[in-house]
Amino acid sequence: MIGTALFTLLSHWRRHPGQFAMLVLGLALATALWSGVQAINAQARAAYATAAATLGQDRLDRLQSPDGRPVPLAEYVALRRAGYLVSPVISGELRAGDARLRLLGIDPLTAPPEANTPTLGDAGLDLTGFFTAPGLLLMTQDTATAALPPDLPPIRVTDTIPPGAALADIGTASRLLGQSDPSYLLVAPVQPAHLPLLATATTLQRVAPEQRADPAQLTDSFHLNLTAFGLLAFAVGLFIVHAAIGLAFEQRRATIRTLRALGLPLRSLLTAFGLELAVLGLVSGLAGLILGYAIAAALMPGVAGTLRGLYGADLPGTLSFDPAWAGAALVMTLAGVAIAAAQAMGRTARLPILATARPEAWGQASARLMRGQAMVAVVLLAASGALALWGGALITGFGAVACLFLGAALLLPVTLTALLRLAQRRARGPLGEWLLADTRQQMPGLSLALMALLLALSANIGVSTMVGSFRATFVGWLDQRLVAELYVTAPTPAEAARLHAYLAPRTDAVLPVVWADATLAGRPGAVYGQADHATFRDHWPLIAALPDAWDRLATGDGVLINEQLARFARLSPGDALTIAPGVSLPILGVYSDYGNPQAQAIVTLDRFAAIHPDIAPTRFALRIAPDRAAGLASILRDDFGLPADAVINQTQIKRFSVDVFDQTFQITGALNLLTLGVAGFALLTGLVTLADMRLAQLAPVWALGITRARLARFEWARSLILAGLTFALALPVGLALAWMLLAVINVQAFGWRLPMQVFPIDAARLLGLALIAATLAAALPALRLARISPSRLLKVFAHEA
Amino acid sequence: MSKVLEIERLSKAYGTVAVLRDVSLALAHGQTLALTGESGSGKSTLMHLAAALDTPDQGSIRLSGQEISGLDDAARAALRRDRIGLVFQQFNLIPSLSVAQNIAFQARLGGHHDPARDAMLARRLGLSEMLGRYPEELSGGQQQRVAIARALAHAPMLILADEPTGNLDEATGDAVLDLMLELVGETGAALMMVTHSTRLAARLDRRLHLSRGQLSAPNAV
Amino acid sequence: MKPSLYAALLWLIAGQATAQGFAGLGTEAAGFSIPQSPAIFDFPADHGPHPGYRIEWWYLTASLTGPDGTDYGAQWTLFRSALAPHDAQGWDGSQLWMGHAGLTTPDRHFSAERLARGGIGQAGVTAEPFAAWIDDWAMTSTAPAGADALDALRVTARGDGFAHDLALTTTGPLIFHGQAGYSVKSAQGQASYYYSQPFYSLSGTITLNDGVIPVTGTAWLDREWSSQPLSETQDGWDWVSLQFDDGARLMGFTLRDRAAPSFTAATWIAPDGQSQSYRDGALSMTPLAQSRVAGRDVPTTWRIELPDRALDVTASAINPHSWMDVSVPYWEGPVRVTGTHPGRGYLEMTGYE
Repeated sequence: MIGTALFTLLSHWRRHPGQFAMLVLGLALATALWSGVQAINAQARAAYATAAATLGQDRLDRLQSPDGRPVPLAEYVALRRAGYLVSPVISGELRAGDARLRLLGIDPLTAPPEANTPTLGDAGLDLTGFFTAPGLLLMTQDTATAALPPDLPPIRVTDTIPPGAALADIGTASRLLGQSDPSYLLVAPVQPAHLPLLATATTLQRVAPEQRADPAQLTDSFHLNLTAFGLLAFAVGLFIVHAAIGLAFEQRRATIRTLRALGLPLRSLLTAFGLELAVLGLVSGLAGLILGYAIAAALMPGVAGTLRGLYGADLPGTLSFDPAWAGAALVMTLAGVAIAAAQAMGRTARLPILATARPEAWGQASARLMRGQAMVAVVLLAASGALALWGGALITGFGAVACLFLGAALLLPVTLTALLRLAQRRARGPLGEWLLADTRQQMPGLSLALMALLLALSANIGVSTMVGSFRATFVGWLDQRLVAELYVTAPTPAEAARLHAYLAPRTDAVLPVVWADATLAGRPGAVYGQADHATFRDHWPLIAALPDAWDRLATGDGVLINEQLARFARLSPGDALTIAPGVSLPILGVYSDYGNPQAQAIVTLDRFAAIHPDIAPTRFALRIAPDRAAGLASILRDDFGLPADAVINQTQIKRFSVDVFDQTFQITGALNLLTLGVAGFALLTGLVTLADMRLAQLAPVWALGITRARLARFEWARSLILAGLTFALALPVGLALAWMLLAVINVQAFGWRLPMQVFPIDAARLLGLALIAATLAAALPALRLARISPSRLLKVFAHEA
Repeated sequence: MSKVLEIERLSKAYGTVAVLRDVSLALAHGQTLALTGESGSGKSTLMHLAAALDTPDQGSIRLSGQEISGLDDAARAALRRDRIGLVFQQFNLIPSLSVAQNIAFQARLGGHHDPARDAMLARRLGLSEMLGRYPEELSGGQQQRVAIARALAHAPMLILADEPTGNLDEATGDAVLDLMLELVGETGAALMMVTHSTRLAARLDRRLHLSRGQLSAPNAV
Repeated sequence: MKPSLYAALLWLIAGQATAQGFAGLGTEAAGFSIPQSPAIFDFPADHGPHPGYRIEWWYLTASLTGPDGTDYGAQWTLFRSALAPHDAQGWDGSQLWMGHAGLTTPDRHFSAERLARGGIGQAGVTAEPFAAWIDDWAMTSTAPAGADALDALRVTARGDGFAHDLALTTTGPLIFHGQAGYSVKSAQGQASYYYSQPFYSLSGTITLNDGVIPVTGTAWLDREWSSQPLSETQDGWDWVSLQFDDGARLMGFTLRDRAAPSFTAATWIAPDGQSQSYRDGALSMTPLAQSRVAGRDVPTTWRIELPDRALDVTASAINPHSWMDVSVPYWEGPVRVTGTHPGRGYLEMTGYE
């Protein structure tokens, strides 16, 4: 009996392959969207767990000679023979004319795993070639195609190397640079037990990684974006699955009723229905997984590039299959199918056998149901606001986002209905009235699809606003903070004094930077001494400040603190901060300090010198005409023998950072477009389904004297109106989402708040996209309506053939 | 008296099935005509052709002397809008519009809306108390009265009714028909009505019987 | 995922990164010297490295006993692998060195690995005075002048969670396997130079996280070098060195072959140092029980028969989980011997994938 029921249910699809394709495609797309985002996230996180910075140089301590000269080879060997885990690096610059190449020679045999030496990648494992003369140079395609010094060993292109640099075996670097002593030694973070402290075993100077933006913080932030996106994709997907299943039920309402009338027990019918949906869910889900994998694989190189760009979180550009995300995606689809099926089955069970078998809009919600939804929505939105404002934890931040989404989605039908009713009152002419009234009546049938569209649009607005704000702020901050053209670090105070004397007449300004570790408000941090100079006054952004903060700072009687410290210790301008035993100064202002996890305070050079008389500046920010910066950098490296990385050119860092963020943009942009496309598809499905049922409502209007072509235009207009109104509602939801991501979740996760910026042009473009999606979704039903044969319309009235 | 509707040698087939064969008839102003026949005899098709909802294979249809069989979609839509009133058995009202809006709809489409006329029709058809209600809130008889009001609101010259009382009980049906004939008489429009019922047919001026697509005089009056 | 350079290097140092044979030992020997018969040794020079040959090792295994009678095992190995058949000083050196250290207790097993390149002094072997080292791991001769350099050694190594420091002495002679040190490894004639010092007694300490434990025991040093020790179809070997309670010793190995019957060889060593080598087929090694180790099945109990000596013993792992978790992983640990010739020894099994 179940077999017969199943066969009958399935036979519907044989007659209507288009509907079947749409159902399967809907389920598959929902799965694909979710699983694609999941796959990228899972992959990136897995890789990130083991990823480290390029050569671990910004993570690992170094041992170097106090005088900045290379470390004698014998000293390196002696340390190894004593059992210490250190690894040599020979670095230097090769020059010929304008062509420059920074060369890093490493010893993969001793490099700590944390250094995560790059892969040979597609160059193949020509390890003998790497190790034996003439050796191999690894560099990016960009570096390889730029001007290079002559007579280099064979080049292998790989994208894991910093720009402008080449990586080689230390033997190769030694030959090319004519230097056999290591430039410095990398120190493994964990040394063997039972050994005396490294500091007692050598006179070499141990240098901790420079204080800089922690890549982990940045990559975490990036992943937070993706996680949020995954959440949004999940919600959109769930609505689409729900719509698709409701469709599968509604399209066969007549068949179901007939089956029941012919004596098929309800139980068998429901079993058959359940079997069918389970199989459908599984098949479509698997198809969606494959699709999601393809999407993720296509986007992966971009993600990999982004993370690598954020200082070397090294992950492969290819995607590996992880059962975890695949399983999660499939479970999502099946759960969505189960929830939707339960509802559909409930309706089947309640379906009166004898009622006329006329299709009616499924989910035709009564006004009471709508009011109920609206009330739940209001409660959810209130909860969202409460969680966002008073939650105080990351999890409540995500809870706020979830409540916002659910609440906004539930509120949509009620709001749209109200808006349409309002518009209807102002409508002139019978057709306008009819169009709006009819659209309002269609709401229940389209509400799920419209909710999906709302979520997709909100996600779009929210995520792009957040990423855009992030980029704009960060780039702006780089511009502000990295004002000086060059940053130079001298190996010793004596050398620094010499350097200062040399630089003073050759630059516009030499601004010493000194710092010392300090405990600030009970938290490890650093106190900086900084010159009073327009460079800082004019460019450093203060997010809160007393009047004349810079002037008062210049007198030495006050400090500036970073945002992290202000937030952590709940300090604001006017409070006092103890920066050294017995030295307490008023806080004059708070500056933003993105990406830095530590507390920081700034005082004048004089004040700093008074507190730390033993610390002399070894680091200088140089102001110089930008076109002279590169030349001076070379001179400093050549004449002063400064290591290549002791001279930092600001323009390179900025360009690199902007590239990185643009790559981030590409990925979120692609995902945004994809989500919108899927939501558009849901709308198409909804409209196509309704199209058949709506003939009964359209036929009279046609009979009363409106051409089919005009009706079709109205159908299209209806779709545009709905999309436009949904966009109008998505705008505040998206902005609220962006605010939560920036001001709640980011603060909870990282301790700094990003100022939100609104991008009206992006929003306008999104509106355009939404209307295009609505046009595309309406195109098929509208075209079919324009070309429908009159006899099909006539059938609505005819009671004979 | 000029003819409102003139049909000459009209034929229509759906696929290989000939629904109407060589049908001719004429209807003058103020005349009422009952069309009877078995199920499938082509009554509805004839109505649809007369209403410019469908196009004939052969023959001519003239409304007030104007040939309509060769008109394009837009012209036929305009014709329906302005000159024809339709009352069908399942004449679905527009569910999203209120009773008042339904009544005025066609008149407003054609730009001949006359609120006074609407009010008169509503009063005469006993709809005044339910103008703000929606079709789904009305009984079958009430719905059909709304359909009649709509069909008359724009003062059409030809009213086509297809089993207008088919879904109603006898008493209600009679009442609805009374009202319709009364109003048609007052407006001077012509009425062609399809019915199964010889009893109802007897109340109209003329009767024609359709059998297998061909017209004949009714065998019983 | 692409193998990292680091991981790939570990393969390289163990031979060549090819898919053939265990650790790539079954590959061509272009440019390198090939062992010849008869073997002619020149000591003390031959205790040192032979850069003309591709692979070479100094391989010490020790069966230890703690003060409470607990059995322990210790391993100290230095492998040399040549990228090219010559040596050079500085960063251009073509010799890669790999050290393995192991320590086995009845319920735990520790392993550690060190890598280095030759030419800069971080790792290497010198014959006079004899010393082998990589980082702070060392095997240094403490023998008096005039004695063989290997007669007395101090061996130290440390890894994550363990260390050992052993003093070894012997008065026994070096034992030459196969045809006077020319050890054939397959029916096709692949061979290595192979000699041992099997007579060490030792005392020293092992260090675990919970403290230093004084130990005594016996040890066995293998020296072997070649350029192509395995045939291409040989996937791995099972090797034992056994010290019987009566003072006699046995070295035996089985080379497992995908395409042919296994190849066996054995050396019987009498308590007085007289030795007899046995050709393929004389020794039989039969797995009796497997253990699930590191995701694979490894035979950790063996029946070993040498009918010519009326020997029929069972060797059982003291700790079946003696897995060397290094870049080219293998099983290496102490065994207890029961049967016609009770005693103890060491078992090594490679190529179990």
